[in-house]
Amino acid sequence: MASYAERLELVWHEGTGLSAWAGTVDHKRIGLRYLYTGFVFFVLAGLESTLMRVQLAAPGLEVLSPQTYNELFSMHGVTMMFLVATPILSGFGNYFVPLMIGARDMAFPRLNAFGYWVFLAAGVFLNSAFLVGQAPDDGWFNYLPLASEQFTPTLAIDFYALGLIFIGISTTAGAINFIVTILKLRAPGMTLNRIPIFVWGELAFALTVVFALPVLTVANVFLELERKFGFHFYDADGGGDPVLWQHLFWFFGHPEVYLIVLPALGLVSSIIPTFSRRPMIGYTYIVLAELFIFVISFGVWVHHMFAVGLPTIALGIISAASFMVVIPSGTQIFAWLATMVSGRLVLSTAMHFVLGFLVLFVIGGLTGAMFSAVPFDQATTDSYFVVAHFHYVLAGGAMFPMFAGLYYWGPKMLGHLLDERLGKISFWLMFVGFNLTFFPMHIAGLLGQPRRTYTYASGLGWDLHNLLSTIGVFVLGAGILVTFWNWFRSRAHGEPAGEDPWSGDTLEWTTTSPPPEYNFTTIPTVRSREPAWDQPELIGGAQPPEDGGRPLTDGHTTLATTLADADPQAIVHMPHASPWPLFLTLALMLAFYGVLLSSWMVAAVGAVASAGTLMGWLWPRGETQET
Amino acid sequence: MRRRTRVGEALATIRRRGCLSVVLVFLLAACSTDSPSVLSPEGESARRIDRLWWLMLWISLAVLAVVLGLMVAAIVRRGRRDVEVDRTTPPWGDPFIVIAGVAVPALILIAVFVVSLRDLDAITEQGDASLTIDVIGHVWWWEVRYPGGAVTANEIHIPTGETVRFRLTSDDVIHSFWVPELAPKIDMIDGRTNVLDVRTDVPGTYRGQCAEFCGLQHANMAFHVIAESRDEFDAWLQNEAEPAESDTETASGLDVFLSSSCVGCHTIRGTDATGTLGPDLTHMASRLTLAAGTIPNSREDLARWIEDPQSIKPGNVMPPTELSEADLDALLDYLETLD
Repeated sequence: MASYAERLELVWHEGTGLSAWAGTVDHKRIGLRYLYTGFVFFVLAGLESTLMRVQLAAPGLEVLSPQTYNELFSMHGVTMMFLVATPILSGFGNYFVPLMIGARDMAFPRLNAFGYWVFLAAGVFLNSAFLVGQAPDDGWFNYLPLASEQFTPTLAIDFYALGLIFIGISTTAGAINFIVTILKLRAPGMTLNRIPIFVWGELAFALTVVFALPVLTVANVFLELERKFGFHFYDADGGGDPVLWQHLFWFFGHPEVYLIVLPALGLVSSIIPTFSRRPMIGYTYIVLAELFIFVISFGVWVHHMFAVGLPTIALGIISAASFMVVIPSGTQIFAWLATMVSGRLVLSTAMHFVLGFLVLFVIGGLTGAMFSAVPFDQATTDSYFVVAHFHYVLAGGAMFPMFAGLYYWGPKMLGHLLDERLGKISFWLMFVGFNLTFFPMHIAGLLGQPRRTYTYASGLGWDLHNLLSTIGVFVLGAGILVTFWNWFRSRAHGEPAGEDPWSGDTLEWTTTSPPPEYNFTTIPTVRSREPAWDQPELIGGAQPPEDGGRPLTDGHTTLATTLADADPQAIVHMPHASPWPLFLTLALMLAFYGVLLSSWMVAAVGAVASAGTLMGWLWPRGETQET
Repeated sequence: MRRRTRVGEALATIRRRGCLSVVLVFLLAACSTDSPSVLSPEGESARRIDRLWWLMLWISLAVLAVVLGLMVAAIVRRGRRDVEVDRTTPPWGDPFIVIAGVAVPALILIAVFVVSLRDLDAITEQGDASLTIDVIGHVWWWEVRYPGGAVTANEIHIPTGETVRFRLTSDDVIHSFWVPELAPKIDMIDGRTNVLDVRTDVPGTYRGQCAEFCGLQHANMAFHVIAESRDEFDAWLQNEAEPAESDTETASGLDVFLSSSCVGCHTIRGTDATGTLGPDLTHMASRLTLAAGTIPNSREDLARWIEDPQSIKPGNVMPPTELSEADLDALLDYLETLD
């Protein structure tokens, strides 16, 4: 067996040094990069919101200028949606999808590296707007005509539109990679009904991205054509319609909300069985619910537009669809509850975050259901009630699972256990701070406070709620910092994690922590939905060949299987490390800055360089085609 | 600032009761009767929305209680990490998920959907209106036009006991017309006209505010709706429709107005001032606030506003006006006669 590992080590080791660093295609290194970069942007967006809360601590404060405030709330939203939530959940997916399905890497490792680099470049591109003092200032929703050349003549909106087109390349590349990986690289025996729910969540996320993101890209291309070349897509005076932007934006924007929550729910679904000490009850219902959410999420966009003045019949239909989307969320919640009640709960830190998530997500879901009722939506939309609602759903529904993921999978990624005591302190600070920040916003909204306002008048009964929110954000921030401290301290000094600190049920727990570059010494044959519980011979990530393990030591390969039944189908040659994805990213970045500044020569150079690097990337070398 | 009748007082008591239950429900939330609150409805539409809210809140609390109860049950029977994995499947598992996770939510949601559609219908169609008012959104103020030529800004008088129809549009970016105590909000979009029917039986002053982000001074774009009896309303409208009265005592102030930059943007009907960029000032002295609810309409505030509007509402369209002290006094004397 050791000889397998030695031979794999020779084939799979990427080496050290700059070229390995810049060229790595290891899904685990890329996954960690997504996580670290995502959390850097998370801190940035958190600081933006802290500044906003300081400005709003009392009526009439002048801590921030109106312009700065508007830039901060716009960039807070853009950053959290595009540079934090999606990348962090993709990071978990990148790291754990191949491990959970028993593959040696993602299906397209270089595309995977490219996705990360583009995410980083687009994040830098968007935030470089602050350096020139022209950060996007019309909200993450960027409504026209406010975002038109006439009303926002600075580069702010060009940064926004081009930045989102840019990052869309990353998200789309990642999504396609997830879909192919999940459908084609599963270990033999991992039939559709044995796929871990987290992997289903990433699949639903990826499918949503593929259908939703092109709409945002089109909307932003239209916007840039209008701003730079005088087209009239959104210009009422030129025969266009500003409401078109809203349709396009929310046709993307609502699925975007679900594509953030879907992998987060999947994460929760993979933690609950481990800490309930029993398999998930209602596996099939949960998977169907996730797929149902993916489908129905494309039918609810108008509920962001109930106050636009659309025909009543349209409101009624979308209202019905919005009520419907509550059901699959409820199904999952009750499946989790059934599993927890019938099992024996282990109250680890990760489980604390899951339970906290459950409370917040249910509250956010209930207020979300209220917004399906058109008259109530019309009364409270664009008030602080909405701000409260979507922070419960998105921050409660995605941030808490992310932290649960850090505590659950951290030991696997670091090889060290995180401190459970610090983890629980962090959880309680975050949970209390979160509710202190966002719960009063429900009331402020009902009391008539509109959102996106840099200040408010005194004497309207909003002062106390705003002060509480401001205090809360510091408590929440302290809780977050405790986890960061815990992470880095444990990384250096934590107890060794061993292969399986939680007695988990899925394949990632059968290999070492952290896993070797080739993940598994032998690609396992799976005979159960909870292989780590039912197949003791998997231990060490080296299922013996007589039990079905496949070493595949001849070359840099992994195994492709059939879509539904996961029967072995082909041996796939995987590409080695390559700097070309990074070069292509840099060329694209040049092109985007060229378009931003309307320097068409620079844009042309960037475009030609992109084509050139793409050729370099695809140029055939050696005996195997590497793509 | 709030004028209230006996009926208003009675309703205020109900509101305080409503407020009390909010306190019970929501920790220690302070409720102020000064808030332009969705939960202190004084209009027909707002009252329907308020009832819908309480219905949905109680249902939500019941659901939350069930979820929390099950969570507590799970926590109470917690185990230790080394507990053997339980591989059995409880027979109640799937039926429980289908009933609690699919069937019951579906029934509740269908019921709420039907109720909300009925409310939507009632809010949208309120029969014939006795009065139609045009409101046009500008960055960052509200132009209000009545049939018969009366034009005002940031303040809307309506008669009680009648359905008033607002025709809403914008001159620039999207704004949203929101008076929480009276009605749901609806957007004001250039190139479109939205209609909102409002009816209240309770005289009073209701605060409204722009609810769609509209740029730099979105935060300072408020207005007031003043509901009053038909007689009071008619008297107000008649006065509002008339041109400004000229007065020899303050004629020098009018001269200042006409010879300064004011005249470029503002109209005072009955004079040579016919600018249309800013609010119509024909009866500005009768209004409660200046700069769309940003500051009270007092002599000192008005002086500050004329001399340095950018420090009060940074980025607004009005430029500063430099005047000698005598000219400013004359101008203020004159403007104060415009009631």
